[in-house]
Amino acid sequence: MNQNRRFLLKGTLAASAAGVAISAGLLTPKAAMAAWAKDAFTATDVNGAVTAAMGSADYTESGEVKLKAPDIAENGAVVPVTVTSSLAGVESIGILVSTNAQPLTATFNLGANTEADVSTRIKMGKTADVIAVVKAGGKLYSARKQVKVTIGGCGG
Amino acid sequence: MANSIKVRAKVKDGVASIKCLISHPMETGVRKDKKTGEKIPAHFIQEVNCESGGKSVLNAQWNGSISRNPFLSFAFKGAKAGDTIKISWVDNKGESDSTEATLK
Repeated sequence: MNQNRRFLLKGTLAASAAGVAISAGLLTPKAAMAAWAKDAFTATDVNGAVTAAMGSADYTESGEVKLKAPDIAENGAVVPVTVTSSLAGVESIGILVSTNAQPLTATFNLGANTEADVSTRIKMGKTADVIAVVKAGGKLYSARKQVKVTIGGCGG
Repeated sequence: MANSIKVRAKVKDGVASIKCLISHPMETGVRKDKKTGEKIPAHFIQEVNCESGGKSVLNAQWNGSISRNPFLSFAFKGAKAGDTIKISWVDNKGESDSTEATLK
C-alpha cells in the first residue's frame, strides 16, 4: 500500500470531519447548504462519504425508506432511482453506489414542505449495491438494493 | 446556455409535483476519448436549487455519476396553481442556468 495515499486519505477524512463540525455549530443551515460538499463527493469509500455528507456513518436499515431501482439495468449509464420515505421530518436524502470510485452520487436537502420523494437517473460502472440514506430527526436510516448491470446491452 | 431546463409542474390537492430535465453532458472526468486516448475533463452539474415563494424547496448536490441530461423529480406541499417556482443549476466550471415555471 502506498504510504502517501494512506496519508492523504486520512487527511481528507479529518478535514471533512472538521468541516461538518463547523457547519453544524457555527453556520446557519442555509449557509451550510449553499456550498458543494467536495469532501463528501470525493470520498472513496461508502462510510467516509456518508460521514462527510450526513455527519455520521451510523445508519440503520429501515423498512420506512423505500429505494426503487431496476433489478437489472441494461444500460449502466442511465439507471433510474427513486427514494421515498414515510419517516417524519426528513431533512436530507443521499444516494450512493457501493463500487463507484466516488460512491456519493447525490444528496438532496429538503425544504420544510418538501416530501421525501425524489427521483433521478444515475450512472453505474458495474453490478453494485445502490444505497439510499435518509436523515430524519438527526438519525440516519438506509435502504439498499443490488442492481445488475449488463454490459452487452442485449437485455440478458 | 439558455433554455437548458425543461420543467413540468403540476398541482394536485395542494401538492406540487415537479419534473425537470436538464441538458448537460455530465462528464465524470474519468472517461477517455476513444480516438486520442486523452481524458475528457470533468464537466458536471454540482448543485440544483428550487425555490418557491422565496423559500428553498430543494437543494440537490450532484456528483459526476448522475446520468447525462439529468432528470429530477420531487414534490412539495402547500402549493397552489399559479405559484411560480424557480429552478437553477451551477456546474463545476461555474456555468449556470435558471428558469421559472408556473404551477398548473
